[in-house]
Amino acid sequence: MRPALVITELTVLVLAIFVGFEVISKVPTMLHTPLMSGTNAIHGIVLVGAIVVAGLPHQVTWIRVVALAAVALATMNVVGGFVVTDRMLQMFRRREPPRSE
Amino acid sequence: MTRADAIALAYLVTIVTFILALRFLSSPTTARLGNRIGAVGMVIAIAATFAQAGLHNYASILIVMAVFAPIGALAALRVKMTAMPQMVALFNGVGGGAAALVALSDFHRVAPEPGRISFDVGLSIALSALIGSVSFAGSLVAFGKLQELVSGRPITYPGQKLGNGALLAALVAVATVVLAGPQRQAFVIALILGAGLFGILFVLPIGGADMPVVISLLNAFTGLAAAATGFVLHNDVLIVSGMLVGASGTLLTMLMGRAMNRSLANVLFGAFGKVQAGAAAAADGDGAVRSTTAEDVAIMLAYAKRVVVVPGYGLAVAQAQHDVRRLADELEKRGVDVRYAIHPVAGRMPGHMNVLLAEANVPYPQLYEMEQINPEFPRTDVALVIGANDVTNPAARSDRSSPIYGMPILDVDKAEHVVVLKRSMNPGFAGIDNALYTDPKTMMLFGDAKDSVTNLIASVKEL
Repeated sequence: MRPALVITELTVLVLAIFVGFEVISKVPTMLHTPLMSGTNAIHGIVLVGAIVVAGLPHQVTWIRVVALAAVALATMNVVGGFVVTDRMLQMFRRREPPRSE
Repeated sequence: MTRADAIALAYLVTIVTFILALRFLSSPTTARLGNRIGAVGMVIAIAATFAQAGLHNYASILIVMAVFAPIGALAALRVKMTAMPQMVALFNGVGGGAAALVALSDFHRVAPEPGRISFDVGLSIALSALIGSVSFAGSLVAFGKLQELVSGRPITYPGQKLGNGALLAALVAVATVVLAGPQRQAFVIALILGAGLFGILFVLPIGGADMPVVISLLNAFTGLAAAATGFVLHNDVLIVSGMLVGASGTLLTMLMGRAMNRSLANVLFGAFGKVQAGAAAAADGDGAVRSTTAEDVAIMLAYAKRVVVVPGYGLAVAQAQHDVRRLADELEKRGVDVRYAIHPVAGRMPGHMNVLLAEANVPYPQLYEMEQINPEFPRTDVALVIGANDVTNPAARSDRSSPIYGMPILDVDKAEHVVVLKRSMNPGFAGIDNALYTDPKTMMLFGDAKDSVTNLIASVKEL
Protein backbone atom coordinates (compact mmCIF):
# COMPACT_ATOMS: atom_id res chain seq x y z
CA MET A 1 0.00 0.00 0.00
CA ARG A 2 1.29 3.44 -0.86
CA PRO A 3 1.66 5.86 2.05
CA ALA A 4 -0.52 8.93 2.28
CA LEU A 5 0.59 11.90 0.23
CA VAL A 6 1.36 13.89 3.36
CA ILE A 7 3.85 11.24 4.49
CA THR A 8 5.72 11.43 1.20
CA GLU A 9 5.72 15.20 1.52
CA LEU A 10 7.10 14.96 5.05
CA THR A 11 9.88 12.73 3.73
CA VAL A 12 10.76 15.34 1.13
CA LEU A 13 10.65 18.04 3.83
CA VAL A 14 13.05 16.23 6.13
CA LEU A 15 15.49 15.48 3.30
CA ALA A 16 15.37 19.15 2.31
CA ILE A 17 16.34 20.17 5.85
CA PHE A 18 19.43 17.96 5.72
CA VAL A 19 20.42 19.16 2.25
CA GLY A 20 19.92 22.73 3.44
CA PHE A 21 22.16 22.35 6.49
CA GLU A 22 24.75 20.53 4.40
CA VAL A 23 25.12 23.15 1.65
CA ILE A 24 24.72 26.19 3.91
CA SER A 25 27.40 25.04 6.34
CA LYS A 26 29.92 25.28 3.46
CA VAL A 27 29.22 28.97 2.81
CA PRO A 28 32.07 31.14 4.17
CA THR A 29 31.32 34.02 6.59
CA MET A 30 32.44 36.41 3.87
CA LEU A 31 29.36 35.53 1.85
CA HIS A 32 26.78 35.43 4.62
CA THR A 33 25.04 38.62 3.58
CA PRO A 34 24.60 37.45 -0.04
CA LEU A 35 23.52 34.10 1.41
CA MET A 36 20.78 35.80 3.38
CA SER A 37 19.55 37.81 0.44
CA GLY A 38 19.91 34.82 -1.88
CA THR A 39 17.80 32.55 0.33
CA ASN A 40 15.44 35.49 0.62
CA ALA A 41 15.00 35.37 -3.14
CA ILE A 42 14.50 31.61 -3.00
CA HIS A 43 11.60 31.82 -0.56
CA GLY A 44 10.03 34.08 -3.17
CA ILE A 45 9.04 30.69 -4.63
CA VAL A 46 5.85 31.33 -2.69
CA LEU A 47 4.97 33.23 -5.89
CA VAL A 48 4.16 29.81 -7.37
CA GLY A 49 1.58 29.32 -4.64
CA ALA A 50 0.25 32.83 -5.13
CA ILE A 51 -0.22 32.26 -8.87
CA VAL A 52 -2.06 29.00 -8.22
CA VAL A 53 -4.56 30.57 -5.82
CA ALA A 54 -4.95 33.70 -7.93
CA GLY A 55 -5.70 31.44 -10.90
CA LEU A 56 -8.54 29.54 -9.23
CA PRO A 57 -11.89 29.91 -11.03
CA HIS A 58 -15.11 31.20 -9.46
CA GLN A 59 -13.63 33.24 -6.67
CA VAL A 60 -15.34 35.79 -4.53
CA THR A 61 -13.97 39.21 -5.46
CA TRP A 62 -12.24 39.97 -2.17
CA ILE A 63 -10.52 36.59 -2.19
CA ARG A 64 -9.24 37.30 -5.67
CA VAL A 65 -7.91 40.64 -4.46
CA VAL A 66 -6.12 38.91 -1.58
CA ALA A 67 -4.59 36.36 -3.95
CA LEU A 68 -3.43 39.05 -6.35
CA ALA A 69 -1.94 40.98 -3.45
CA ALA A 70 0.01 37.81 -2.65
CA VAL A 71 1.20 37.72 -6.27
CA ALA A 72 2.31 41.36 -5.97
CA LEU A 73 4.26 40.81 -2.73
CA ALA A 74 5.86 37.59 -3.92
CA THR A 75 6.86 39.15 -7.25
CA MET A 76 8.71 41.95 -5.46
CA ASN A 77 10.33 39.34 -3.21
CA VAL A 78 11.59 37.27 -6.15
CA VAL A 79 12.78 40.04 -8.45
CA GLY A 80 14.23 42.24 -5.73
CA GLY A 81 15.92 39.30 -4.03
CA PHE A 82 17.75 38.00 -7.08
CA VAL A 83 18.70 41.46 -8.38
CA VAL A 84 20.12 42.67 -5.08
CA THR A 85 22.07 39.44 -4.58
CA ASP A 86 23.52 39.71 -8.07
CA ARG A 87 24.48 43.31 -7.39
CA MET A 88 26.34 42.30 -4.25
CA LEU A 89 28.11 39.31 -5.74
CA GLN A 90 29.42 41.18 -8.78
CA MET A 91 31.45 43.33 -6.38
CA PHE A 92 33.50 40.46 -5.00
CA ARG A 93 36.69 40.62 -7.05
CA ARG A 94 40.03 38.94 -6.74
CA ARG A 95 42.43 41.68 -7.85
CA GLU A 96 45.96 41.05 -6.68
CA PRO A 97 46.95 44.08 -4.63
CA PRO A 98 49.47 46.27 -6.48
CA ARG A 99 52.91 45.80 -4.98
CA SER A 100 55.54 48.45 -5.57
CA GLU A 101 58.69 47.04 -4.16
CA MET B 1 3.72 11.73 -19.70
CA THR B 2 0.84 13.89 -18.57
CA ARG B 3 0.98 17.63 -18.28
CA ALA B 4 1.04 17.35 -14.49
CA ASP B 5 4.09 15.07 -14.71
CA ALA B 6 5.88 17.51 -16.98
CA ILE B 7 5.17 20.34 -14.55
CA ALA B 8 6.42 18.25 -11.61
CA LEU B 9 9.63 17.54 -13.55
CA ALA B 10 10.08 21.22 -14.27
CA TYR B 11 9.72 21.85 -10.53
CA LEU B 12 12.39 19.22 -9.92
CA VAL B 13 14.73 21.14 -12.23
CA THR B 14 14.00 24.26 -10.17
CA ILE B 15 14.83 22.44 -6.95
CA VAL B 16 18.17 21.35 -8.40
CA THR B 17 18.98 24.92 -9.50
CA PHE B 18 18.23 26.24 -6.00
CA ILE B 19 20.49 23.67 -4.38
CA LEU B 20 23.22 24.50 -6.90
CA ALA B 21 22.75 28.21 -6.21
CA LEU B 22 23.46 27.58 -2.52
CA ARG B 23 26.27 25.18 -3.32
CA PHE B 24 27.98 27.76 -5.57
CA LEU B 25 27.83 30.28 -2.74
CA SER B 26 30.69 28.38 -1.11
CA SER B 27 33.17 30.48 -3.12
CA PRO B 28 33.06 34.09 -4.28
CA THR B 29 34.26 33.03 -7.73
CA THR B 30 31.19 30.90 -8.43
CA ALA B 31 28.62 32.66 -6.26
CA ARG B 32 27.31 35.05 -8.89
CA LEU B 33 26.83 32.27 -11.42
CA GLY B 34 24.98 30.30 -8.76
CA ASN B 35 22.59 33.14 -8.07
CA ARG B 36 21.85 33.40 -11.78
CA ILE B 37 21.24 29.68 -12.05
CA GLY B 38 18.78 30.05 -9.17
CA ALA B 39 17.04 32.91 -10.99
CA VAL B 40 16.69 30.74 -14.10
CA GLY B 41 15.21 28.00 -11.90
CA MET B 42 12.69 30.50 -10.55
CA VAL B 43 11.65 31.47 -14.09
CA ILE B 44 11.22 27.78 -14.95
CA ALA B 45 9.00 27.26 -11.89
CA ILE B 46 6.84 30.27 -12.74
CA ALA B 47 6.48 29.20 -16.38
CA ALA B 48 5.55 25.67 -15.28
CA THR B 49 2.93 27.07 -12.94
CA PHE B 50 1.36 29.06 -15.74
CA ALA B 51 1.16 25.86 -17.76
CA GLN B 52 -0.95 24.22 -15.06
CA ALA B 53 -4.29 22.87 -16.28
CA GLY B 54 -7.36 24.82 -15.17
CA LEU B 55 -5.56 28.03 -14.32
CA HIS B 56 -7.64 31.15 -14.82
CA ASN B 57 -7.18 34.92 -14.60
CA TYR B 58 -3.94 34.92 -16.63
CA ALA B 59 -4.42 38.54 -17.58
CA SER B 60 -4.82 39.92 -14.08
CA ILE B 61 -1.94 37.81 -12.70
CA LEU B 62 0.41 38.88 -15.47
CA ILE B 63 -0.55 42.53 -15.11
CA VAL B 64 0.10 42.45 -11.36
CA MET B 65 3.47 40.77 -11.95
CA ALA B 66 4.39 43.24 -14.69
CA VAL B 67 3.62 46.15 -12.37
CA PHE B 68 5.40 44.87 -9.27
CA ALA B 69 8.48 43.23 -10.81
CA PRO B 70 10.00 46.61 -11.80
CA ILE B 71 9.26 48.00 -8.33
CA GLY B 72 11.23 45.17 -6.75
CA ALA B 73 14.04 45.55 -9.28
CA LEU B 74 14.23 49.30 -8.84
CA ALA B 75 14.37 49.03 -5.06
CA ALA B 76 17.13 46.43 -5.40
CA LEU B 77 19.15 48.58 -7.79
CA ARG B 78 18.77 51.81 -5.83
CA VAL B 79 19.49 50.57 -2.32
CA LYS B 80 22.81 51.58 -0.80
CA MET B 81 25.02 48.72 0.37
CA THR B 82 24.95 50.12 3.91
CA ALA B 83 21.16 49.78 3.86
CA MET B 84 21.32 46.13 2.80
CA PRO B 85 20.03 44.74 6.12
CA GLN B 86 16.87 46.87 5.83
CA MET B 87 16.36 45.76 2.25
CA VAL B 88 16.71 42.10 3.19
CA ALA B 89 14.23 42.67 6.03
CA LEU B 90 11.76 44.27 3.65
CA PHE B 91 11.96 41.57 0.96
CA ASN B 92 11.72 38.98 3.69
CA GLY B 93 8.60 40.65 5.06
CA VAL B 94 6.79 40.75 1.72
CA GLY B 95 7.59 37.07 1.20
CA GLY B 96 6.07 36.22 4.58
CA GLY B 97 3.05 38.39 3.85
CA ALA B 98 2.58 36.62 0.53
CA ALA B 99 2.61 33.24 2.28
CA ALA B 100 -0.04 34.38 4.78
CA LEU B 101 -2.27 35.73 1.99
CA VAL B 102 -1.88 32.52 -0.01
CA ALA B 103 -3.05 30.61 3.05
CA LEU B 104 -6.07 32.90 3.46
CA SER B 105 -7.18 32.67 -0.15
CA ASP B 106 -6.62 28.95 -0.33
CA PHE B 107 -8.69 28.35 2.78
CA HIS B 108 -11.65 29.41 0.68
CA ARG B 109 -10.97 26.62 -1.80
CA VAL B 110 -10.36 23.77 0.61
CA ALA B 111 -13.13 24.67 3.08
CA PRO B 112 -16.48 24.47 1.35
CA GLU B 113 -19.39 25.78 3.39
CA PRO B 114 -20.28 23.08 5.84
CA GLY B 115 -17.79 20.23 6.00
CA ARG B 116 -14.32 19.98 7.51
CA ILE B 117 -10.87 20.18 6.05
CA SER B 118 -8.38 17.41 6.59
CA PHE B 119 -6.08 17.78 9.58
CA ASP B 120 -2.83 18.14 7.63
CA VAL B 121 -4.19 20.76 5.24
CA GLY B 122 -5.81 22.68 8.10
CA LEU B 123 -2.60 22.59 10.10
CA SER B 124 -0.57 23.76 7.11
CA ILE B 125 -2.96 26.65 6.47
CA ALA B 126 -2.87 27.69 10.12
CA LEU B 127 0.94 27.48 10.19
CA SER B 128 1.54 29.45 7.01
CA ALA B 129 -0.97 32.11 8.08
CA LEU B 130 0.59 32.35 11.53
CA ILE B 131 4.28 32.20 10.65
CA GLY B 132 3.93 34.23 7.46
CA SER B 133 2.13 37.00 9.26
CA VAL B 134 4.61 37.09 12.17
CA SER B 135 7.41 37.28 9.63
CA PHE B 136 5.68 40.07 7.69
CA ALA B 137 4.97 42.33 10.67
CA GLY B 138 8.21 41.48 12.48
CA SER B 139 10.29 42.22 9.39
CA LEU B 140 8.58 45.57 8.94
CA VAL B 141 9.43 46.54 12.53
CA ALA B 142 13.01 45.35 11.97
CA PHE B 143 13.08 47.47 8.81
CA GLY B 144 11.75 50.44 10.78
CA LYS B 145 14.39 50.01 13.47
CA LEU B 146 17.27 49.71 11.02
CA GLN B 147 15.99 52.61 8.93
CA GLU B 148 15.60 54.51 12.21
CA LEU B 149 11.91 55.14 11.65
CA VAL B 150 11.39 53.36 14.98
CA SER B 151 13.76 53.77 17.92
CA GLY B 152 16.59 51.24 17.73
CA ARG B 153 16.57 51.03 21.52
CA PRO B 154 14.69 48.12 23.03
CA ILE B 155 11.13 49.19 23.77
CA THR B 156 9.99 47.53 26.97
CA TYR B 157 7.12 47.95 29.37
CA PRO B 158 5.88 46.08 32.44
CA GLY B 159 4.03 42.85 31.75
CA GLN B 160 5.45 42.65 28.25
CA LYS B 161 6.49 39.02 28.30
CA LEU B 162 3.27 38.02 29.99
CA GLY B 163 1.21 39.93 27.43
CA ASN B 164 3.12 38.43 24.50
CA GLY B 165 2.76 34.98 26.02
CA ALA B 166 -0.98 35.46 26.42
CA LEU B 167 -1.29 36.66 22.83
CA LEU B 168 0.62 33.63 21.60
CA ALA B 169 -1.64 31.33 23.61
CA ALA B 170 -4.69 33.05 22.12
CA LEU B 171 -3.26 32.54 18.63
CA VAL B 172 -2.74 28.84 19.26
CA ALA B 173 -6.36 28.67 20.44
CA VAL B 174 -7.61 30.37 17.28
CA ALA B 175 -5.48 28.03 15.17
CA THR B 176 -7.06 25.08 16.96
CA VAL B 177 -10.49 26.46 16.11
CA VAL B 178 -9.46 26.74 12.46
CA LEU B 179 -8.44 23.09 12.57
CA ALA B 180 -11.37 21.64 14.44
CA GLY B 181 -14.28 24.01 14.47
CA PRO B 182 -16.59 25.68 12.01
CA GLN B 183 -15.02 26.57 8.69
CA ARG B 184 -15.15 30.31 8.90
CA GLN B 185 -12.81 32.61 7.09
CA ALA B 186 -13.11 35.04 9.98
CA PHE B 187 -10.95 32.74 12.12
CA VAL B 188 -8.17 32.66 9.55
CA ILE B 189 -8.33 36.44 9.26
CA ALA B 190 -8.22 36.74 13.05
CA LEU B 191 -5.21 34.43 13.06
CA ILE B 192 -3.39 36.57 10.50
CA LEU B 193 -4.15 39.86 12.25
CA GLY B 194 -3.29 38.48 15.68
CA ALA B 195 -0.06 37.00 14.38
CA GLY B 196 0.81 40.35 12.82
CA LEU B 197 0.30 42.06 16.16
CA PHE B 198 2.44 39.40 17.81
CA GLY B 199 5.18 39.97 15.21
CA ILE B 200 5.26 43.67 16.08
CA LEU B 201 5.24 43.16 19.85
CA PHE B 202 7.84 40.42 19.57
CA VAL B 203 10.41 42.55 17.71
CA LEU B 204 9.86 45.91 19.47
CA PRO B 205 11.72 44.95 22.69
CA ILE B 206 14.78 43.77 20.74
CA GLY B 207 17.63 46.27 20.35
CA GLY B 208 18.82 47.55 16.98
CA ALA B 209 22.16 45.80 17.33
CA ASP B 210 20.39 42.45 17.46
CA MET B 211 18.25 43.08 14.37
CA PRO B 212 20.49 40.90 12.16
CA VAL B 213 19.70 37.89 14.33
CA VAL B 214 16.02 38.77 14.14
CA ILE B 215 16.10 39.13 10.36
CA SER B 216 17.88 35.83 10.01
CA LEU B 217 15.30 34.16 12.24
CA LEU B 218 12.40 35.75 10.37
CA ASN B 219 14.06 34.63 7.14
CA ALA B 220 13.81 31.09 8.45
CA PHE B 221 10.17 31.79 9.39
CA THR B 222 9.29 32.92 5.88
CA GLY B 223 10.92 29.78 4.54
CA LEU B 224 8.80 27.67 6.90
CA ALA B 225 5.67 29.56 5.90
CA ALA B 226 6.44 28.91 2.23
CA ALA B 227 7.00 25.22 2.98
CA ALA B 228 3.67 25.11 4.83
CA THR B 229 1.85 26.51 1.79
CA GLY B 230 3.54 23.72 -0.13
CA PHE B 231 1.65 21.22 2.05
CA VAL B 232 -1.61 23.06 1.40
CA LEU B 233 -1.14 23.10 -2.36
CA HIS B 234 0.64 19.71 -2.50
CA ASN B 235 3.56 21.33 -4.23
CA ASP B 236 7.04 19.86 -3.73
CA VAL B 237 8.97 22.85 -5.04
CA LEU B 238 7.42 25.02 -2.31
CA ILE B 239 8.18 22.44 0.37
CA VAL B 240 11.81 21.95 -0.62
CA SER B 241 12.66 25.60 -1.33
CA GLY B 242 10.91 26.74 1.82
CA MET B 243 12.81 24.24 3.94
CA LEU B 244 16.17 25.09 2.31
CA VAL B 245 15.58 28.66 3.43
CA GLY B 246 14.33 27.49 6.80
CA ALA B 247 17.51 25.47 7.35
CA SER B 248 19.71 28.31 6.17
CA GLY B 249 18.03 30.90 8.39
CA THR B 250 18.24 28.60 11.40
CA LEU B 251 21.92 27.84 10.83
CA LEU B 252 22.81 31.51 10.36
CA THR B 253 20.90 32.46 13.50
CA MET B 254 22.85 29.86 15.45
CA LEU B 255 26.18 31.00 14.00
CA MET B 256 25.44 34.61 14.93
CA GLY B 257 24.51 33.64 18.44
CA ARG B 258 27.82 31.82 18.72
CA ALA B 259 29.75 34.80 17.34
CA MET B 260 28.27 36.95 20.09
CA ASN B 261 28.38 34.19 22.71
CA ARG B 262 24.69 34.65 23.42
CA SER B 263 21.79 32.28 23.31
CA LEU B 264 18.84 32.90 21.04
CA ALA B 265 16.64 33.33 24.10
CA ASN B 266 18.96 36.04 25.39
CA VAL B 267 18.78 37.86 22.05
CA LEU B 268 15.01 37.61 21.78
CA PHE B 269 14.02 38.28 25.37
CA GLY B 270 17.05 39.94 26.92
CA ALA B 271 16.35 43.50 25.68
CA PHE B 272 20.13 43.78 25.22
CA GLY B 273 21.54 47.29 25.29
CA LYS B 274 18.75 48.59 27.50
CA VAL B 275 20.60 49.13 30.77
CA GLN B 276 23.99 47.69 31.58
CA ALA B 277 24.70 49.49 34.82
CA GLY B 278 26.87 47.58 37.32
CA ALA B 279 29.32 45.96 34.96
CA ALA B 280 30.18 49.07 32.96
CA ALA B 281 31.10 51.15 35.98
CA ALA B 282 33.53 48.56 37.30
CA ALA B 283 35.72 48.29 34.22
CA ASP B 284 37.10 51.81 34.00
CA GLY B 285 40.63 51.44 35.44
CA ASP B 286 42.50 54.74 35.59
CA GLY B 287 40.45 55.98 32.64
CA ALA B 288 43.23 57.96 30.97
CA VAL B 289 42.69 58.23 27.24
CA ARG B 290 45.40 59.43 24.90
CA SER B 291 44.20 61.54 22.03
CA THR B 292 46.35 62.05 18.93
CA THR B 293 46.43 63.88 15.58
CA ALA B 294 46.10 62.70 11.99
CA GLU B 295 49.73 63.72 11.26
CA ASP B 296 51.12 61.50 14.00
CA VAL B 297 49.00 58.55 12.94
CA ALA B 298 50.02 59.07 9.29
CA ILE B 299 53.70 58.79 10.21
CA MET B 300 53.06 55.67 12.23
CA LEU B 301 51.12 54.05 9.39
CA ALA B 302 53.50 55.05 6.59
CA TYR B 303 56.54 53.59 8.34
CA ALA B 304 54.84 50.43 9.52
CA LYS B 305 55.52 47.06 7.95
CA ARG B 306 52.10 45.67 8.59
CA VAL B 307 48.83 47.47 9.25
CA VAL B 308 45.61 45.67 10.08
CA VAL B 309 42.43 47.66 9.55
CA VAL B 310 39.54 46.69 11.82
CA PRO B 311 36.36 48.11 10.32
CA GLY B 312 33.09 48.29 12.22
CA TYR B 313 29.67 49.67 11.73
CA GLY B 314 30.85 53.23 12.42
CA LEU B 315 32.77 53.01 9.16
CA ALA B 316 29.63 52.04 7.29
CA VAL B 317 27.58 54.81 8.90
CA ALA B 318 30.18 57.37 7.89
CA GLN B 319 30.29 55.88 4.36
CA ALA B 320 34.06 55.82 4.78
CA GLN B 321 34.75 52.45 3.10
CA HIS B 322 35.93 54.07 -0.16
CA ASP B 323 38.26 56.43 1.71
CA VAL B 324 39.67 53.58 3.74
CA ARG B 325 40.52 51.79 0.51
CA ARG B 326 42.26 54.92 -0.82
CA LEU B 327 44.26 55.14 2.41
CA ALA B 328 45.21 51.47 2.02
CA ASP B 329 46.27 52.14 -1.58
CA GLU B 330 48.53 54.98 -0.43
CA LEU B 331 50.08 52.78 2.22
CA GLU B 332 50.56 49.89 -0.18
CA LYS B 333 52.40 52.19 -2.57
CA ARG B 334 54.85 52.66 0.26
CA GLY B 335 55.23 48.93 0.70
CA VAL B 336 53.06 48.55 3.77
CA ASP B 337 51.26 45.22 4.08
CA VAL B 338 47.61 46.15 4.63
CA ARG B 339 45.05 43.61 5.76
CA TYR B 340 41.50 43.82 6.96
CA ALA B 341 40.24 41.95 10.00
CA ILE B 342 36.55 41.14 9.78
CA HIS B 343 34.67 40.08 12.88
CA PRO B 344 31.77 37.73 12.11
CA VAL B 345 29.26 40.28 13.34
CA ALA B 346 30.96 43.41 12.00
CA GLY B 347 28.45 45.66 10.30
CA ARG B 348 24.75 45.20 10.64
CA MET B 349 24.44 41.60 9.51
CA PRO B 350 26.88 38.71 9.15
CA GLY B 351 29.20 39.31 6.24
CA HIS B 352 27.88 42.84 5.78
CA MET B 353 31.34 44.37 6.15
CA ASN B 354 32.68 42.12 3.39
CA VAL B 355 30.02 43.46 1.06
CA LEU B 356 30.78 47.08 1.97
CA LEU B 357 34.50 46.61 1.40
CA ALA B 358 33.89 44.68 -1.80
CA GLU B 359 31.82 47.66 -2.96
CA ALA B 360 34.86 49.85 -2.31
CA ASN B 361 36.91 47.53 -4.56
CA VAL B 362 38.91 45.92 -1.78
CA PRO B 363 40.03 42.57 -3.18
CA TYR B 364 38.56 39.82 -1.03
CA PRO B 365 41.88 37.96 -0.48
CA GLN B 366 42.87 40.95 1.69
CA LEU B 367 39.93 40.35 4.01
CA TYR B 368 40.76 38.04 6.89
CA GLU B 369 38.32 36.29 9.16
CA MET B 370 38.79 36.43 12.90
CA GLU B 371 40.45 33.02 13.30
CA GLN B 372 42.94 33.76 10.51
CA ILE B 373 43.96 37.23 11.65
CA ASN B 374 44.09 36.85 15.44
CA PRO B 375 47.46 34.99 15.41
CA GLU B 376 48.82 37.82 13.22
CA PHE B 377 48.18 40.69 15.64
CA PRO B 378 51.40 40.15 17.66
CA ARG B 379 53.29 40.64 14.37
CA THR B 380 51.30 43.75 13.47
CA ASP B 381 52.77 47.24 13.85
CA VAL B 382 49.54 49.19 13.83
CA ALA B 383 45.97 48.03 14.31
CA LEU B 384 43.70 50.72 12.91
CA VAL B 385 40.25 50.37 14.46
CA ILE B 386 37.65 52.33 12.51
CA GLY B 387 34.21 52.54 14.04
CA ALA B 388 34.42 49.14 15.71
CA ASN B 389 33.91 48.88 19.43
CA ASP B 390 32.53 45.84 21.23
CA VAL B 391 34.27 43.35 18.92
CA THR B 392 37.64 44.71 20.11
CA ASN B 393 36.86 44.91 23.82
CA PRO B 394 39.42 42.85 25.79
CA ALA B 395 36.90 42.61 28.64
CA ALA B 396 35.26 39.87 26.59
CA ARG B 397 38.36 37.75 27.27
CA SER B 398 39.10 38.66 30.85
CA ASP B 399 36.24 40.34 32.72
CA ARG B 400 33.73 37.79 33.94
CA SER B 401 31.28 40.50 34.99
CA SER B 402 31.14 42.02 31.51
CA PRO B 403 27.92 41.40 29.58
CA ILE B 404 29.99 40.42 26.55
CA TYR B 405 32.29 38.08 28.49
CA GLY B 406 33.05 35.04 26.36
CA MET B 407 32.29 36.70 23.04
CA PRO B 408 35.11 35.91 20.59
CA ILE B 409 36.90 39.18 19.80
CA LEU B 410 39.63 40.50 17.53
CA ASP B 411 42.84 40.63 19.58
CA VAL B 412 43.82 44.15 18.48
CA ASP B 413 45.35 44.86 21.89
CA LYS B 414 48.13 42.41 20.98
CA ALA B 415 49.36 44.64 18.15
CA GLU B 416 52.32 46.92 18.84
CA HIS B 417 50.23 50.09 18.47
CA VAL B 418 46.52 50.57 18.36
CA VAL B 419 44.85 53.59 16.78
CA VAL B 420 41.13 53.96 17.31
CA LEU B 421 39.09 56.25 15.09
CA LYS B 422 35.99 57.16 16.96
CA ARG B 423 33.38 59.86 16.95
CA SER B 424 33.31 60.32 20.73
CA MET B 425 33.79 58.38 23.93
CA ASN B 426 30.20 57.15 23.87
CA PRO B 427 29.98 53.42 24.51
CA GLY B 428 28.99 51.08 21.67
CA PHE B 429 25.67 49.43 20.98
CA ALA B 430 26.02 47.09 23.89
CA GLY B 431 26.47 50.11 26.16
CA ILE B 432 29.74 48.86 27.64
CA ASP B 433 32.99 50.76 28.23
CA ASN B 434 35.93 49.47 26.23
CA ALA B 435 39.12 48.84 28.20
CA LEU B 436 41.04 49.01 24.93
CA TYR B 437 40.67 52.79 24.92
CA THR B 438 42.54 53.22 28.17
CA ASP B 439 45.29 50.77 27.21
CA PRO B 440 48.67 52.64 27.28
CA LYS B 441 49.47 51.61 23.70
CA THR B 442 46.19 52.88 22.34
CA MET B 443 45.77 56.31 20.78
CA MET B 444 42.41 57.82 19.97
CA LEU B 445 41.75 59.92 16.89
CA PHE B 446 38.42 61.58 17.53
CA GLY B 447 36.06 62.75 14.79
CA ASP B 448 33.82 61.51 12.04
CA ALA B 449 35.41 58.39 10.51
CA LYS B 450 35.23 59.74 6.97
CA ASP B 451 36.85 63.09 7.91
CA SER B 452 39.53 61.36 9.94
CA VAL B 453 40.42 58.96 7.14
CA THR B 454 40.48 61.81 4.60
CA ASN B 455 42.87 63.69 6.86
CA LEU B 456 45.01 60.58 7.18
CA ILE B 457 45.22 60.22 3.40
CA ALA B 458 46.28 63.86 3.03
CA SER B 459 48.89 63.52 5.77
CA VAL B 460 50.31 60.30 4.32
CA LYS B 461 50.60 61.94 0.89
CA GLU B 462 52.54 64.85 2.38
CA LEU B 463 55.19 62.61 3.91
